[in-house]
Amino acid sequence: MWSSPWVTALGRFTALLAVFLFFAVLVEGGKFYTPRNLENILRQSAVYATAALGMTMIIIAGGIDLSVGSMIALSVVTVAWILDYHYTIAGSNGQEETVYLIHQWPVLLPWIALVAGVLVSVLAGFVNGVTVVGLRLVPFIVTLGTMGIFRGLAKGLAQEKDIYPREDTWLTRLMDPTLTSHDPHWRVWILPPGVWILIISAIVAALILRYTKLGRYIFAIGSNEETARLCGVPVGRVKIATYTLGGLFTGLAGLMQFSFIGGIGQPTSAIAYELFVIAAVVIGGGSLMGGQGSILGSVIGALIITILYMGGQQMGWPKWVQETVIGVIIIAAVVIDRLRQQSAT
Amino acid sequence: MGDLPPRLKMVNIAKRFGTTQALNGVNLEVAAGEVHALVGENGAGKSTLMKVLAGVHRPDRGQMWLDGEPFMPHHPLEARRRGIAMIYQELSLAPHLSVMENILLGVEPARWGIIRWRQLREKACAALSELGLADLPLATPVQNLPPGHQQMVEIARAVVSQAKIVVLDEPTSSLAQQDVERLFTLIRRLRDRGLAVIYISHFLEEVHRISDRFTVLRDGETVGSGVTSDTPIPKIVSLMVGREVSELYPRRHRIRGPCILEVEGLTGIRKPVAASLRLHRGEILGIAGLVGAGRTELLRTIFGLDPVRAGDIRVGVFRGTATPGQRWRQGVGFLSEDRKREGLALSLSIAENITLPRVDHLGALGLVFPGREERMITRWIERFSIRCEHVRQPTWTLSGGNQQKVALARLFFADVDVLLLDEPTRGIDVGSKAQIYRLIVEAAEGGGGTSPKAVLMVSSYLPELLGLCDTIAVMSRGRLVACRPTEQWTEHTLMLAATGQDQENLINTP
Repeated sequence: MWSSPWVTALGRFTALLAVFLFFAVLVEGGKFYTPRNLENILRQSAVYATAALGMTMIIIAGGIDLSVGSMIALSVVTVAWILDYHYTIAGSNGQEETVYLIHQWPVLLPWIALVAGVLVSVLAGFVNGVTVVGLRLVPFIVTLGTMGIFRGLAKGLAQEKDIYPREDTWLTRLMDPTLTSHDPHWRVWILPPGVWILIISAIVAALILRYTKLGRYIFAIGSNEETARLCGVPVGRVKIATYTLGGLFTGLAGLMQFSFIGGIGQPTSAIAYELFVIAAVVIGGGSLMGGQGSILGSVIGALIITILYMGGQQMGWPKWVQETVIGVIIIAAVVIDRLRQQSAT
Repeated sequence: MGDLPPRLKMVNIAKRFGTTQALNGVNLEVAAGEVHALVGENGAGKSTLMKVLAGVHRPDRGQMWLDGEPFMPHHPLEARRRGIAMIYQELSLAPHLSVMENILLGVEPARWGIIRWRQLREKACAALSELGLADLPLATPVQNLPPGHQQMVEIARAVVSQAKIVVLDEPTSSLAQQDVERLFTLIRRLRDRGLAVIYISHFLEEVHRISDRFTVLRDGETVGSGVTSDTPIPKIVSLMVGREVSELYPRRHRIRGPCILEVEGLTGIRKPVAASLRLHRGEILGIAGLVGAGRTELLRTIFGLDPVRAGDIRVGVFRGTATPGQRWRQGVGFLSEDRKREGLALSLSIAENITLPRVDHLGALGLVFPGREERMITRWIERFSIRCEHVRQPTWTLSGGNQQKVALARLFFADVDVLLLDEPTRGIDVGSKAQIYRLIVEAAEGGGGTSPKAVLMVSSYLPELLGLCDTIAVMSRGRLVACRPTEQWTEHTLMLAATGQDQENLINTP
């Protein structure tokens, strides 16, 4: 009849393992499963996976968010802009002197940057939600628009240049390799702090979906909005909450991206990430019709995408082959999923 | 029939899905030029059998002959080419295309890929007038037609495509009485043209009127067949359920309690118009009327799903309009007439569907405890005898009758005082129907430590209203035109009132 969630999850693990073994065998000299490479796979996939947490909720609720790439960039630029914030004063000798805020508040400012970087995405997600609900527009259209708007704001804030903060802070090191690090103090982290953020966020997201009223409502709206309305679910408010929560996870992904690209505020970073993130959710069993999806699945999906991407690179495949293969895999994953469901009926 | 082979002969058809033996040796013989009714409870195997005929499923064993030639379609297209036309409950028209385009969809007259519109119009026109449907507007998009007419377009398409067998699956479930008459005329015309019509319906009165012969399925087997006019309906019912249904409508004397729902001059956007009614605990109030009279809108307006333009609603101590969420908390529950579109979230589990309006019963502070939920719901599944493997099973895996029980269980789980039921037994089998009747009556009687509930029930099936309700009100063109104790109604007078003939009892009319 129907297969239990555990069988489904096992199937996805098998797929992940298969993709991994494929490259582990084919990439010469065992280079694919060196600690360094495994760590790189994790670091690379953490950004996608964290953003995919929010996308999973949005897709389960029957929506879509095309603006996540731009939101990540907006967070990245916001963090860098705050870390680099400076002003000029008249110096003692009559010359103008540039004062960096980071020098005045070396402890506090990174925290402010962190909070602001996350909040800007939360706000962006809220704007998406309110627009979808308030103007009764299709989420695809709304977020297609805000994709441009948020990217534009990121570029405007950065004045169309990359921002190089004056000082490196711990924010820059969030995604630094740990296992292969030469610094013994850093090695005690075992995994980069950013990956820990992902793990905790994923657990929180899964708990929200399974053990809260909000999670139940998200599934109900995506499965059948009319039924949800009939059953007294505050559909509009739940949708806004979902997009806002999505913004929270995207903001965290933005922090990781900031660190991952070396602690600079690059307004053109994370371009087309929405496609990887959506693909991760879909490979993980999310249905664009809504009502279906899982956090664990999406994280596995993000890992699969990253392994394909990096494996292809290390195999020395030309870029066009890599892109084609990833495209084929996305479609194949969805087709296999559907065949599996059909055979279950 | 004489020496001619039957149009369709299916012998010893078997089909199994996993552990379920859906069909287990079914025989069906349909002659050309007859209307053959296929009846049975939900889950008896009617749809599976028709899917075998249509090439959707391949049987595990058994044989089929079409006009004496072996017939075993590998896919739906092949079955269609051989002349099998299926007309399902959900219509399969292209809603934006016009009537004539739909009729000739796939067989458009064209030269080098360019459609020859004049020929198309003439062909469609000829087909329609041959079927006595000349009044259908050729150029109108079918989405602008009422459902009854859409169905006729679909039948016309079947005829144009040279169908030999037309299968109609519950064709009248969403039709008003006049449209049913028209459909029957059309079916007789098809029969007279020598087509074989397989007619699937739960409305045995209709089956009796329209069909020449019938076949009864039960648990995947043929349990009987015969000439319809020789077989009384109770005989067919007992074949279907395998036992005599002695008391389908459990009527006992109920005591009318205090008034719990009072509606005064309620007016919606278009319907209802100035509707007033009083509903008491321990009372089942039925609302009869034609499809489109505004009965559904009345319930939806009371429940807060449709806006109120004027009038007053009082539920117990609460007064005024409210959202559906507030209504649930006030103790009002609503059962939608459309399970698939609105009633159920089909990809969600049985448990999630039942608890959705009162998720707050599953834990404090917005938390949900699935373990507690499963324990709570298991009880309801037993009480409603919902046939399933697990409470976490998605509802799309259930049969129609069991789905309806899930939708109804929601109201019982929420422990509402006022049950607004819109066509509670539409399209479900006799066994489930009897059970739902029993549950409704039990709710109205109270007992088992619960106080008597009030039931407001819309139905197009008059025997059900007459059998179940204490009071019946009739709605016509958005107005409640008459409200009387059930003893004072007959099917005949109800129909008169519904069609606006019952002038002497008008209330609330200027």
